[in-house]
Amino acid sequence: MNRALSLLAPFVLIAILLAVWEIVCRALAVPLFLLPPPSAIAVATAQNAPLLMSSAWNTLSMAVLAWIAASLFACGLALLVGTHSLIEDAVRPLAVVIQVTPIVAIAPLVNIWAGLDHPQRGVVGLAAVVAFFPIFSGALTGLKGADPDLERLFDLYGATRLQRLFRLRLPAAVPFVLEGHKVAAGLAVVGAVVAEFVAGSGGAQGLAWRILEASNRLQTAKMFAALLVLAAMGVALYTLLQTAERVILRRWRGR
Amino acid sequence: MTTPIAWLEAVEVDYPRGPALGPFDFELAPGEITALVGPSGCGKSTALRLLAGLEAPTRGRVERASGRGETAVVFQAPTLMPWASALDNVALPLELAGTPRPAARARAAAALARVKLAGIDLAKPAQLSGGMAMRVSLARALVTDPRLLLLDEPFAALDEITRRALAEDVHQLWLQSQLAIVFVTHNVEEAVYMASRVVVMTSGPGRAAGGAMIDAPLPRPPGFRTTAHFRQAAEKVSADLAKAMDVGAMEAT
Repeated sequence: MNRALSLLAPFVLIAILLAVWEIVCRALAVPLFLLPPPSAIAVATAQNAPLLMSSAWNTLSMAVLAWIAASLFACGLALLVGTHSLIEDAVRPLAVVIQVTPIVAIAPLVNIWAGLDHPQRGVVGLAAVVAFFPIFSGALTGLKGADPDLERLFDLYGATRLQRLFRLRLPAAVPFVLEGHKVAAGLAVVGAVVAEFVAGSGGAQGLAWRILEASNRLQTAKMFAALLVLAAMGVALYTLLQTAERVILRRWRGR
Repeated sequence: MTTPIAWLEAVEVDYPRGPALGPFDFELAPGEITALVGPSGCGKSTALRLLAGLEAPTRGRVERASGRGETAVVFQAPTLMPWASALDNVALPLELAGTPRPAARARAAAALARVKLAGIDLAKPAQLSGGMAMRVSLARALVTDPRLLLLDEPFAALDEITRRALAEDVHQLWLQSQLAIVFVTHNVEEAVYMASRVVVMTSGPGRAAGGAMIDAPLPRPPGFRTTAHFRQAAEKVSADLAKAMDVGAMEAT
């Protein structure tokens, strides 16, 4: 009973907020371009559903592509760096520079490099840059974060470098790598959306472009509809990865 | 006198923050159980790592009659690989030495049985209690049939009942294989109950500061804790320890 209530609570809150929103809009006759009521947003979502879905697919597929590319590159680099401390000293500051530079500021540059005729490449590239750091950082922390006493035990029994890597450091890194991938997936979507905004042309027909387009035409309800789809996509992605992480970790530590 | 299985000769260890140990002399005969007792920071864990060959002394000499795989260490925490089953954890030392997997696993299962854990082969560390995890750790140390077993405050994190049970188990294992054992502890009673010799260490830097020989035969019945012999030895060790702590406190000021 208690559990059902706590599951229900957020939906009740949302329903109340939507009702208040609807009533205020109607009572005060707020102009549609300023703040459309939920009913108008629902209509806009339904009317534009096919377009919004294909745009969402566009953004999602670019983000996922970027996430995979970032994963491969970040894990590979972490493996290289994690086994040679000199390379780590060289690489870490650069990785931090990439991480702290505002993504919006790099976007125009990446779009030029990707070629103005290929905005999708720019979007994927930029999203990959944003997704890179959490995976790299997680993998590196994990590789170097094995229990020091276990490291001593491997010393004691004269483990080779490869034995240490495969039997200790890689398995020890699993939870950190998973966490990095989860964070990176959310960031890849953010990166894709930012890149679409900066590309600013209709070349990349993603959700961000739908928002820009609707904003230029003062179709505020359609903007909300695109935002709604974007949020739903984010929640779905997060839930999926959260579940994957839980399942894998349960197998990893046996419960 | 038999040849010692391991000895430290005037060893000194300096850490960046200052001298940690020494000069310290120590000798261990085959089959002897020695306890190192002392306040925190007296270098007893450092001495253990020297004996294990995990650390080199800044000055002095470390000699061991036993080779790789003949020295085993049990740490304060069970130090198991959380992703691996109990069996795989115990088989690790053998597999690292190149023993084929099936043979390693068979010996690991036998080692688990020796510590009374037969049948938990596939359980992972998170599914074990603290005492069971410590036993798995002990089985991993025993799987290579070592001649020298080093225990670094192995029971510190366990409750009294589990500690006592494990202490008796260590005696049984000693009886079966006549290992030489060095163990580090904070606990005077545990040291006197388990060891044939107790060495008290003082801090700043760590040095030997007395101790006691406990010549009651091993393994000892739980009732040994109530004998006059036990009480006298415990009082002697406690007195030496109190003096050692005064010396440590004076040197720290």
